[in-house]
Amino acid sequence: MSKKINLRIWRGDVNSGKLEDVVVEANEGEVVLDVIHRVQATQMGDLAVRWNCKAGKCGSCSMEINGKPRLACMTQVANFNEDETITITPLRAFPVIKDLVTDVSFNYKKAMEIEAFSPPADLKPGQARMQQIDVERSQEFRKCIECFLCQDTCHVIRDHEENKKSFAGPRFFIRIAELDMHPLDMLKNRKKKAQEEHGLGMCNITKCCTEVCPEHIKITDNAIIPMKERVVDVKYDPVRWLGSKIRKREGIV
Amino acid sequence: MALIDSRKVVTGVFTKERPEIAERTLRTDRWWLQPALTFGVLISFVIYATFRAFEKKYYFAEPLISPFYSPCLSTACVEGSTHFGTPIGSITIFGLLISPALFILIFPLGFRMTCYYYRKSYYRAFWMSPPACAVAEPHKKYTGETRAPLILQNGHRWFFYAGLVLNVILTYDAIIAFKNADGQWGHMSVGTLVLLLNASFLWLYSASCHTCRHTIGGRLKNFSKHPLRYKAWTVVSRLNHYHPNFAWVSLFGVAFTDLYIRLVASGAITNFYFF
Repeated sequence: MSKKINLRIWRGDVNSGKLEDVVVEANEGEVVLDVIHRVQATQMGDLAVRWNCKAGKCGSCSMEINGKPRLACMTQVANFNEDETITITPLRAFPVIKDLVTDVSFNYKKAMEIEAFSPPADLKPGQARMQQIDVERSQEFRKCIECFLCQDTCHVIRDHEENKKSFAGPRFFIRIAELDMHPLDMLKNRKKKAQEEHGLGMCNITKCCTEVCPEHIKITDNAIIPMKERVVDVKYDPVRWLGSKIRKREGIV
Repeated sequence: MALIDSRKVVTGVFTKERPEIAERTLRTDRWWLQPALTFGVLISFVIYATFRAFEKKYYFAEPLISPFYSPCLSTACVEGSTHFGTPIGSITIFGLLISPALFILIFPLGFRMTCYYYRKSYYRAFWMSPPACAVAEPHKKYTGETRAPLILQNGHRWFFYAGLVLNVILTYDAIIAFKNADGQWGHMSVGTLVLLLNASFLWLYSASCHTCRHTIGGRLKNFSKHPLRYKAWTVVSRLNHYHPNFAWVSLFGVAFTDLYIRLVASGAITNFYFF
């Protein structure tokens, strides 16, 4: 059973743009990406949209639907009222390229700034042994599909372009946490670098990254706050710091 | 034209390279409701707590003592309420005697002000940074918790430790509430129940705290080498999921406990004894 729905789609490029109204058919069970494709096929042949898997696993079709950062392939049309106009815009934290496609290269630059996994120097290939309970915290963060919805909604860069220089963003805080919690990661000063080079201290815990994550990673509770506490261990807790000097304590490198 | 003007003075979503959209948000839901409710509840609590802290009376009705004034440590405390002596003596400023509540409230206030959950709540509701997700904030600059005074948020664990001491004292207060007004053990009143619930809510709030989760095991790299701490961490992690609930319940609990004792101490109601 199909019905007509009202869409407002942002059309434009880096110079200018505007929201354009369109009425399109939607079938039962379809998602927003389906109706965007129908608009592209029937009414706006040059509409630019990035997509790939249509299964919520590639992170390509990130956009803002009624002002909320979402994956278009995971947003059911049936979730909206029949008389409601669905507004679709590109991600508003990044430079626009065309229509619904934005330039997310900021994120790849930040990814290169994160220090890589550093296993013990004498560990030979095939020798690593660890128990499940030691890696399950890190495994949660490996679910990330790099849709960058968390980066898009984070007000530190969404509302302050100038902070992009000094702030890595929630996606990369979970990467740092993943490594810092890994039993075989030996890099010294990962915590201090998180605070001083990657801008962990700029996060004010408003949890928007957690709210928009399509993989339901508890970014704030399981990554950012634990990393903030680890930073306190090495930078703001003289008792812990003294204890680490008197006798080597685990997890405070 | 108005849009172009706004782009000249505002950063963020109005930056030149971003999609040209005039609205600060395109959200159609009632995103303003939650910060508005939070603002209303927190400001009401602050007004009530400030009034009670400066009222300096109706906080003790043998054997019940208000959590706003416990432990009462100054010579300004009413007779019978100084279970732990009067080490502070009496301090005056410009001839005015400082309320005994002010020596105590700084610790729970600091604990809640630096709490990771409350930070989310009041940054959104009071400072609008941001007011809600994907709603542009009004501030032109933002440095987060990297500079004074917000860098002091990193002192949360010290308030957590102080909060644990206060929890022990409030639990003691609940236990001595099993006395009657004449000091005899083996009695229980509505006040006893109120103090017990208050202490329980506060313990749950502290035990579910993110700092507690970190201290008890979260800071470890190898859980397998510390099985007991891992077990404790899993328990605290489960509680941590409900931390926001405990934060609100314990806040209401403290206010209700104080109100109940105020009503009893002022003679407005009688503390009913079950036995």
